[in-house]
Amino acid sequence: MNASHETDLKGGRSAAPPPFGRLVNVAKTFQSAGQSVPAVKDISFEFRKGDLVSLLGTSGCGKTTVLKMLGGLIHTSGGRIELDGNAITGPYPGVGVVFQAPTLMPWRSVLGNVLFPLEVLGRNGAAAKTRARDILKLVGLAGFGQAYPRQLSGGMQQRVALCRAIIHEPSILLMDEPFGALDELTRLEMNDLLLDIRRVTGATVVFVTHSISEAIYLSDRVLVFSKRPAVIALELAVDFPYPRSSRTRFLNRFTELEEQASIALGVVK
Amino acid sequence: MGQNLLRVVYPLAGAAIIVIVWDLYVVVARVPLVVFPRPLQVAQALVSYSAILGSEAWVTALECIYGFLLSMAIGIPIAVVMTYSRIVNLMFYPLLVASQSIPKVAIAPILLVWFGTGMQSKLAMAFVIAFFPVVVDTATGLRSTSPELLELARSLQCSRLQTFFKIQLPSALPSIFSGAKIAVTLAVIGAVIGEFIGSNEGLGNLLLTANSQLNSPLVWASLVVLSVLGMMLYGVVVVAEKIFMPWAAFDTGGH
Repeated sequence: MNASHETDLKGGRSAAPPPFGRLVNVAKTFQSAGQSVPAVKDISFEFRKGDLVSLLGTSGCGKTTVLKMLGGLIHTSGGRIELDGNAITGPYPGVGVVFQAPTLMPWRSVLGNVLFPLEVLGRNGAAAKTRARDILKLVGLAGFGQAYPRQLSGGMQQRVALCRAIIHEPSILLMDEPFGALDELTRLEMNDLLLDIRRVTGATVVFVTHSISEAIYLSDRVLVFSKRPAVIALELAVDFPYPRSSRTRFLNRFTELEEQASIALGVVK
Repeated sequence: MGQNLLRVVYPLAGAAIIVIVWDLYVVVARVPLVVFPRPLQVAQALVSYSAILGSEAWVTALECIYGFLLSMAIGIPIAVVMTYSRIVNLMFYPLLVASQSIPKVAIAPILLVWFGTGMQSKLAMAFVIAFFPVVVDTATGLRSTSPELLELARSLQCSRLQTFFKIQLPSALPSIFSGAKIAVTLAVIGAVIGEFIGSNEGLGNLLLTANSQLNSPLVWASLVVLSVLGMMLYGVVVVAEKIFMPWAAFDTGGH
């Protein structure tokens, strides 16, 4: 972090804004049956506003734990998390979350589900409905507002969950393996949809995944997590320009990045 | 459409077979009327006693409905408190479960002493029998709220009340209704037990009176009306479930 301060002071890169989010030596130890189980040790990284950062690692390596700490949903056992200059100690306004399962409320219509965050924030009016309809249109679900979640396919439900996560214009979008439960073709579609949404909304996204190609395709930067207790084994800057397309996946450079990530994950020797 | 029709036709055919076998048995074995009336005699009793059957059924229906509503009105809040207060749960849940080992019929005389022979003792009996499944099913429903939905609520900084009314209670609704369906059936049993122990009105009382007068067609007619009453009350709860949970009509799936 000293390094970044120096850069700012020197004004070496005037275009470089101060980091929006910053994790410093973050650790988490869970207490289970009287034993301390370290899940995450010494995680540090930064991201700027509008970045799409992926946390890549095997299942159970602690990347979800980091995401939850970033969302203020669980406390850290050590270290510091800052967002927009404020220390994160609990839930805060302006977070959108997407889980692996759509986790919609089956008793609410699609529109009702999307409107939920605004309703909780006391911002439910005609404008809210218009906005919800616009967002549903953006994800290709125009005309499904009155349907119940159970009438939709898994992919469509996850689109609704995406809409719910962005309707209140969160400053940060936390996504926990959001497309992990979908079939491969739907997943590819959803990857492009997420990039579209990010382009339109300018959202900052922290994305947890165990898919190497998904992480590289989506992200500005990929943080490869080691096995539990997690440390960052490799930080990959992905330099393909946006907008990316399915062609991007077939570039030699893409394969190179996949190889580097695989080696850091320990799946390729 | 054809499937629906079959679902009506087959049970009706089954019922017809039972009635025919019943009638044949009574005639062939020359069973005395007092012991076992013929189906036609029961039907005749239903018609000729329709006025008194109707008025007594109304009394019993009110006992059931009030007893059922009371068990819901008290059972659901008990479940809520037990779910959200660990101490209350630890102190009283085991006692509540243990109390179910008491045969409820054995409480009836006590309730009679406490509440008299009127409506109140029947209501109390219906409540005592019906409220336990309401408590258990509501508590189960409240505890089964999706942890992710609760996490979503936390990240949106929902208040406790918002979380309860917008997430936990609707999540529990299917369980609450399955408890309600059991409770409404048990409320009928409770009301009839109450009438058996001490009462001067209601279908249970009519049935006992007819029995002591050796009027077996009226006994059976009362029984028929009682079961129709039970089915109607159950049907009302099913309709309420459809109204309150229109989404439940859709199967999960779509993958």
